[in-house]
Amino acid sequence: MRAIYILWLRQLKRYSRSPARIVGSLGQPLLFLLALGFGFGPTFAKAGGGNYIQFLTPGIIAMGILFTAVFSGIEIIWDRQFGFLKETLVAPVSRLQISLGRTLGGATVALAQGAVVLVVCVIAGFRFGNFALLPVALAFMILIAIFFTAVGTAIGSVLEDMQGFPLVMNFLVMPLFFFSNALFPVQGLPKALQFLIRLNPLTYGIDGLRGALGRGFLFGMGTDFVALGVLTTILVGIGSYLFSKIQI
Amino acid sequence: MCNNMIEVRDLVKTFANFCAVDHISFAVPEGQIFAFLGPNGAGKTTTIKMLTTVLQPTSGLARVDGHDPARESRQVRRSFGIVFQDPSLDNELTAVENMDLHGILYGVPSVERRQRIESLLRFVELWDRRSDYVKFYSGGMRRRLEIARALLHKPKILFLDEPTLGLDPQTRNHIWTFVQSLSKDEKVTVFFTTHHMEEAERVADQVAVIDHGKIVAQGSPDALKESTGGKTLEDAFIVLTGHTIRDEEASSADRMRMMRRVWRGR
Repeated sequence: MRAIYILWLRQLKRYSRSPARIVGSLGQPLLFLLALGFGFGPTFAKAGGGNYIQFLTPGIIAMGILFTAVFSGIEIIWDRQFGFLKETLVAPVSRLQISLGRTLGGATVALAQGAVVLVVCVIAGFRFGNFALLPVALAFMILIAIFFTAVGTAIGSVLEDMQGFPLVMNFLVMPLFFFSNALFPVQGLPKALQFLIRLNPLTYGIDGLRGALGRGFLFGMGTDFVALGVLTTILVGIGSYLFSKIQI
Repeated sequence: MCNNMIEVRDLVKTFANFCAVDHISFAVPEGQIFAFLGPNGAGKTTTIKMLTTVLQPTSGLARVDGHDPARESRQVRRSFGIVFQDPSLDNELTAVENMDLHGILYGVPSVERRQRIESLLRFVELWDRRSDYVKFYSGGMRRRLEIARALLHKPKILFLDEPTLGLDPQTRNHIWTFVQSLSKDEKVTVFFTTHHMEEAERVADQVAVIDHGKIVAQGSPDALKESTGGKTLEDAFIVLTGHTIRDEEASSADRMRMMRRVWRGR
């Protein structure tokens, strides 16, 4: 337990000491929020969707969490060749503890990033529907954070070097974001696209978050929670397994 | 008869297309300083990886402090400290934080941890800089910190994989004097690799020369010089391993090293 705690704390220290990283990873969500939020706002309202910033905010929060989480997980590659990973791998603690500590640390960092995005969204005009549901929103943010840090851990355990990184960004992270309900409602989309979006784990996280933040659940809070919860457990298992197979 | 802290018999490691370590055998008695020498790509680091539980051997026997690194990794890991060829500190943490993290991973109780961190950091002359981030340290300071860290949990064996790579003569001298005192005063067994033959000649009790995965000679530095007719250990080394310069294919680690240099602008 001490090992998990100290590795978790390490990730937090690294995050809090790097303001450039905090501000830097705010850039993308901010861009989407401002350009799309205000750009499509009038069209969205005219089409009867209501306030687009209200709709978009959960998607943008999820985006902030998604990118930070995957990146935290993937940092293993960097740590692995030079640094610190070797120090932990020869220590008399199990690989499971190391990967859990890292994953929870990365997830906490991603959660913090999501919270910062939420604050920015509020400044941009987002209003809470029901404060009582805030803990539910937080729970979904935590699940999204853990899920995608575990995805990053799994990928980082398999990839040899950073050359595969653009591949991961362009063929996994970006599609996960765009083929979800982050930017547009699922209802009324072509069947094939709807099907794809329903397969995307991020969709359930965003639906849960959107419901909790006041726009109503599409799939239902229970469905969202169970779907993402089960997937998160599986991914943490896969991530830890692949991590335990790392040879340096 | 001394206890053998490290014992290796017929150890083999084959990767997909080649044999990195080919039936090597050697033993290191307690408290000795053992130099493992060889040209680039000879199998030194692969051997260290197998002894330190991070790589599974293909066949053969290895014992570290009486335990099998492949099966009893937990016991083996408690018994040694290691300084890797590449830096393995967290640059975003301070020296004390790096030490503290190590102590917690190795289960060193907190009071003892604090005392040992102070005495070790004083010993490697980094106590005054203890609260600085490691990223502001020079190469020599980082090396000293890594050695201090490797000793925090009182290991019986210290592995040093090219610990003096890229360091100035002053720092190298400081490090070897320290290592010798460890072996003499604390009975720590030291296993190291280096490309500086004069270092091995100066500090090692026993030397093994490995080339193409096989041990081509072992014995005391004097015995090796005598058997090859060389004046220095370097002469003996050249006689044993030839003049051919080894070209290693750049591994992904080498490529990352390049990238890091480019990114950090040095």
